[in-house]
Amino acid sequence: MAEAVLRTERLSKHFGGLAAVNDVSLEFYTDQIHAVIGPNGAGKTTLTSLLSGDLPPTYGHIYLDGEDVAALSADRISQRGVGRSYQKTNIFLPFSVFENCRIAAQSRRKSSMRFVRPALAYREVVREAERALAEVGLEHRAHETAASLSHGEQRQLEIAMTLATRPRILLLDEPLAGMGGEESARMVELLRKLKQAHAMLLVEHDMDAVFALADRLTVMVDGRVLESGPPELIRASSAVQEAYLGTEESGQ
Amino acid sequence: MDANTFLIQILNGIQYGLLLFLVASGLTLILGIMGIINLAHGTFYMVGAYLAFSLSQYFGSLWLAMAGGVVIAVAIGLVLEWLLISRLYHRDHLYQVLLTYGLILMFEELRSVVFGDDVHGVAVPEFLRASIPLTETLSYPVYRLWMSAVCLVLAVGMYFLIQKTRLGMIIRAGAANREMVQSLGININLLYRLVFALGVALAAFAGMIAAPVASVFPGMGNQVLIICFVVVVIGGIGSVKGALLAAILIGLVDTFGKVITLEFGGVQLLPQLSGMMVYVLMAVVLLARPEGLFGKRT
Amino acid sequence: MRRLRPGTIVLLACLLVLALLPAFAEKYYVQLFTKIMIMAIFAMSLDLLVGFTGLVSLGHAAFFGLAGYVLAFAAPQYEAANLWLSLPLAMACSGLLALLIGALVLRTSGIYFIMVTLAFAQMVFFLFHDTEFGGGADGIYVYAKPVAAIAGWEPFTLENHVHFYFVVLVLLVLVYAALRMLLASLFGRVIVGIRVNEQRMKSLGYRTFRYKLVCFVLAGVLAGMAGYFAAAQFGFVSPETLGWHQSGSVLMMVILGGMGTLTGAVLGAFAMILLELGLQDLPRIGGLDLAKHWQLFMGGFIVLAVLLLPHGLLGLGQLASKLRRKPVEARDG
Repeated sequence: MAEAVLRTERLSKHFGGLAAVNDVSLEFYTDQIHAVIGPNGAGKTTLTSLLSGDLPPTYGHIYLDGEDVAALSADRISQRGVGRSYQKTNIFLPFSVFENCRIAAQSRRKSSMRFVRPALAYREVVREAERALAEVGLEHRAHETAASLSHGEQRQLEIAMTLATRPRILLLDEPLAGMGGEESARMVELLRKLKQAHAMLLVEHDMDAVFALADRLTVMVDGRVLESGPPELIRASSAVQEAYLGTEESGQ
Repeated sequence: MDANTFLIQILNGIQYGLLLFLVASGLTLILGIMGIINLAHGTFYMVGAYLAFSLSQYFGSLWLAMAGGVVIAVAIGLVLEWLLISRLYHRDHLYQVLLTYGLILMFEELRSVVFGDDVHGVAVPEFLRASIPLTETLSYPVYRLWMSAVCLVLAVGMYFLIQKTRLGMIIRAGAANREMVQSLGININLLYRLVFALGVALAAFAGMIAAPVASVFPGMGNQVLIICFVVVVIGGIGSVKGALLAAILIGLVDTFGKVITLEFGGVQLLPQLSGMMVYVLMAVVLLARPEGLFGKRT
Repeated sequence: MRRLRPGTIVLLACLLVLALLPAFAEKYYVQLFTKIMIMAIFAMSLDLLVGFTGLVSLGHAAFFGLAGYVLAFAAPQYEAANLWLSLPLAMACSGLLALLIGALVLRTSGIYFIMVTLAFAQMVFFLFHDTEFGGGADGIYVYAKPVAAIAGWEPFTLENHVHFYFVVLVLLVLVYAALRMLLASLFGRVIVGIRVNEQRMKSLGYRTFRYKLVCFVLAGVLAGMAGYFAAAQFGFVSPETLGWHQSGSVLMMVILGGMGTLTGAVLGAFAMILLELGLQDLPRIGGLDLAKHWQLFMGGFIVLAVLLLPHGLLGLGQLASKLRRKPVEARDG
């Protein structure tokens, strides 16, 4: 198998005395979806934040293309091709839907220190934004304010913004949360398509989607990796059944 | 500089620092717990000084004036919080800045209406008027020692209040995490009102005890306010311990900046530029620890 | 042809009135409006920080005042400085100071930022207040207005109050147009994005510190331009010019007009200065000279404005247009 594009080694994050992420070592490959599941408070979002550079790790390493990037800030990680979508919708509410994607696409220019030409005159940025909107199926809402979108549409926009930055590695934190059946199915299709050219971390509670999409599954409990392997293995694991899957299914 | 002058400057620096602490501790608590940036905080220092001036004439005693002054200051704090500040908790800092800036203008001008724009002196109480001779020419006034002692007692009292009492526990929790206090079912409005009144009273009290040595003059509050901002920035928002350390540090830097002569390339830097020293200190802290010495790292 | 929006028509009408003003107004009013327009430029420069980038600076007067001092130093006693040399010099000095202060203060955010900008401006205040070279606390006179001579040819003279008025009016329009252009540019979109959600801008890959610093410097340079002409008009600079009351009152202009809109900043400057004049005209009641204590009413007005007018004067008009409000596209007005 090819070398992992993204790899963590004993990655840990402590908040005060609490270890939110504890000794996590994972690998991500292009054209694979690596899903991370686990109960609430297992440290999935914190793990995503560590990988995206939003939080600095307490210790441990993150290797991106073989280089340790654990000390880099979020903007540098993003420029190296890591795109993140947030669990808690994190968009520019007063902007139009299109402008949200346009500002995301603009970030791929070498510099935005351009003071004269109108932003809309940069055709390639505009096209990129339109492409990302079309990809998630929001083009018909392009000129509404982001604040006026439904919750599910805002989730779609969140993903579109991430895609507009043309990442090689996608970190998706609960992309399906709050989406209706149709939106959800569309997103699953999109993720399956994106898998071919991207490495993907998928944090998701929707088990049907996870087992439909994931090539590799990691179960986290209390900040630790409980089990990691192909979906069949995870489904069969008694430890996982006990700690997570069982309760999740009976709870639904 | 001989040993005696050095001693005097150390004492002056600490005394100034402790005075700043009284003002800055209230400021840092109001910032840390209530999330309110209060530009009018220095104004309460001025209010205190003018209260000392007018009430000591009325009562003929600085002690009675101080007692009465503290009561009035607490009342001012409670009313202001109830009438105005309480409307700012959910507003942007910008509006807090503006409203409290408006308050400064009003208090300054009211001061001008009531007391005029002259500089006034306040007499040092009879039994503290003595000086301790150090050499034939140098002596140290007892009143300044007494000031330091009172400030120290108050600082210890604050420490006790914050570390050992239930109210203090709530205040500490509030400075660390405001939402948590709310979720504990504590009457947050009452807590805010008390903290604000406490801050006003401390600032006013500082103005009262400083009045006999610093005299009473227009604009005196704003000078103190900006220095106290520097104290809070260096100490870290919400940290009373940080405020104490930073206040004494600034007291010493400011005092020694005025007596040390420093030249660079034939240009006199100190004491000429002593007014800038504390800001240089702040710049250094910002470079090393932007969140202050005892601030929370984000 | 594109149909003009109602806002644009009002704007053009105001511009027309301003252009015709010297034809019918007395010298006093021409000079008053010159002063107001200078402050409007100052207010717009601060709005770039407060309203568009979300940086609440309480030390903006430092850049305003410094430029005034540069003009004073550039005009040796009783001799006039050359406009074409001293204006760029003054703006460059303000920009340099903004770069120095900005590099430090932008390491902080929120409440810290407000306090630290105030403190550094105060440091500059003391630099001029405690030293002799700028006249100390008394300040320094600018005896002659700068001359606009290019190789012996003088297109206008600032000693003439009408010329001065038109120079400032042209600058006001130019600054307004330049800022409109800036806000529609790639850079402008980034700073507005920073105001709305800086953390998301970072995660999209923007190094926000750089953009904030450039914005801080630009605002400093424009404040310098305003400060230069203010000093030229008053013929005097003192430490108060860069003091924090100046910073506070320009902040009030921005908020009063409605921040985040350039027209609001201009409107705020007009409203504040006219209000100030109105208050200074208050009568005497009994033994109390209300005009002398006009700051009391100004303070009261500010307190009430904060409580009652959360969106500034323009906010009053927006109540009507709220229903047909359009989303923010790659432009801003």
